[in-house]
Amino acid sequence: MADAPLHSPLHAQHVALGATIVPFAGWEMPVRYTGDIAEHSAVRTAAGLFDLSHMGEIAVRGDDAAAFLDFALVGRISAVALWGAKYTMLCTPEGGVIDDLIVYRRDWDHFVIVANAANKDVVVAELASRLGGFDAALEDISSDIALIAVQGPRAEGIVARMCTRGADDIVAMRYYTAANVLLDGDIHAFAARTGYTGEDGFELFVNAADAAAVWGLALATGEEDGLIPCGLSSRDTLRLEAGMPLYGQELTRETTPFDAGLGRIVAFGTAANPRGDFVGREALLRAKVEGSARVLVGLTGDGRRAARSGYAVVDADGAPVGVVTSGAPSPTLGRPIAMAYVPPTLAEPGTTVGIDVRGRREEMTVVALPFYSRAS
Amino acid sequence: MSIVPEDLAYSAEHEWVSGDTDEGVEVTVGITEHAAEALGDIVYVEAPRVGDTVIAGEVCGELESTKAVSEMYSPVSGTVTAVNEALESSPETINADAYGEGWIFKVELSEDAPDLLDAEAYAATIA
Repeated sequence: MADAPLHSPLHAQHVALGATIVPFAGWEMPVRYTGDIAEHSAVRTAAGLFDLSHMGEIAVRGDDAAAFLDFALVGRISAVALWGAKYTMLCTPEGGVIDDLIVYRRDWDHFVIVANAANKDVVVAELASRLGGFDAALEDISSDIALIAVQGPRAEGIVARMCTRGADDIVAMRYYTAANVLLDGDIHAFAARTGYTGEDGFELFVNAADAAAVWGLALATGEEDGLIPCGLSSRDTLRLEAGMPLYGQELTRETTPFDAGLGRIVAFGTAANPRGDFVGREALLRAKVEGSARVLVGLTGDGRRAARSGYAVVDADGAPVGVVTSGAPSPTLGRPIAMAYVPPTLAEPGTTVGIDVRGRREEMTVVALPFYSRAS
Repeated sequence: MSIVPEDLAYSAEHEWVSGDTDEGVEVTVGITEHAAEALGDIVYVEAPRVGDTVIAGEVCGELESTKAVSEMYSPVSGTVTAVNEALESSPETINADAYGEGWIFKVELSEDAPDLLDAEAYAATIA
């Protein structure tokens, strides 16, 4: 028998808002409230509110917390500043991606790792298996934490107005940094300027018991700016336009960070600034030196039929040479966009490739990622 | 709960049919509000063309939303007599008015269509 689906602490709010609720990674989460395109556009032009409470949060504490994460992850976590954030990955000894993560430094000896919902238990177990010899402790705090994101060009003003303490920090905060703030009087939140939409925005970590109050505050505060609640469907098209990978599609245990064009996040160290051993080091160094047999590219089409995840990239004779990992009609660009793994010979921007879209060939053109960048 | 009008007939694949479903009669075909809601914002409709032969239960087109793509099955057999050209530029009409302006095509039936569901039976399949 399958386990009963998990519910966000905001489930009742989603139902009351009339959201369409779908199964997602063991949870039941809102896929949309009003419409996918309206929600997508709100984030691009104003602001959107997301419940990300399905994401996993893992606390790492102890004198060796930084040294442990340096060993367990591909990035140099010890170099992250206090209240800084870093995008990184947990890889197998063979260099395959177990999950992509954001690590937040909450104190010198205290980190919080955000993992994908579907991978959380695997990440906890894998980290635990790498803990030997380090003075550090792991704690799965996922069910204690609600994660609420305010994303879009109006997010800064909205989140600042939600603060009773710390509004100035919100305004001053750089991308990929965070601060402790007080919301709505006395609600403690760890507010990070991070996101998965390609827009400016904030992710608010609050106690699950405070989730409803923070959600309601965000809706009320953001209304005048055009903030609306947004579901997983718009989150997916937003991240795709921003060229951000999704675990299970662009990233799997069979892909390395180099395949995905994210080799820069693997820190091997330099002679002047050496880095100790980390899991996957040898295999990843080999992957870097040897190059990838297939690389992740962006594709755009002039037609209307979109390539979707799993469709084959085909040569002139229709033989498969690659695979689409994500694809959709882009709400912002008004044309089909996709990401796909192709041989390096087909990876140059401007290259025309064929996609087998349900038995009919559609042509798409390789383009540099991302498809969309916000005006800065 | 989405609307299921009493005066239409339905297929299990979430198409609706309006009009008498006897041989020789022209009927109008669309997708149900339930199907439109499940797809999300529809951005492209590939409908059959006028003159095409469609067969009940067989694929006759596609509906694409930002979220997903779905094949469209003809609920009846016959010859396509009209296609809703307005959907070419405004496919979102299906989301806004699935049973009215969002109709997709019309068919002159080549045979009776006795297996369609009434509103009550269709509503039970999506409850």
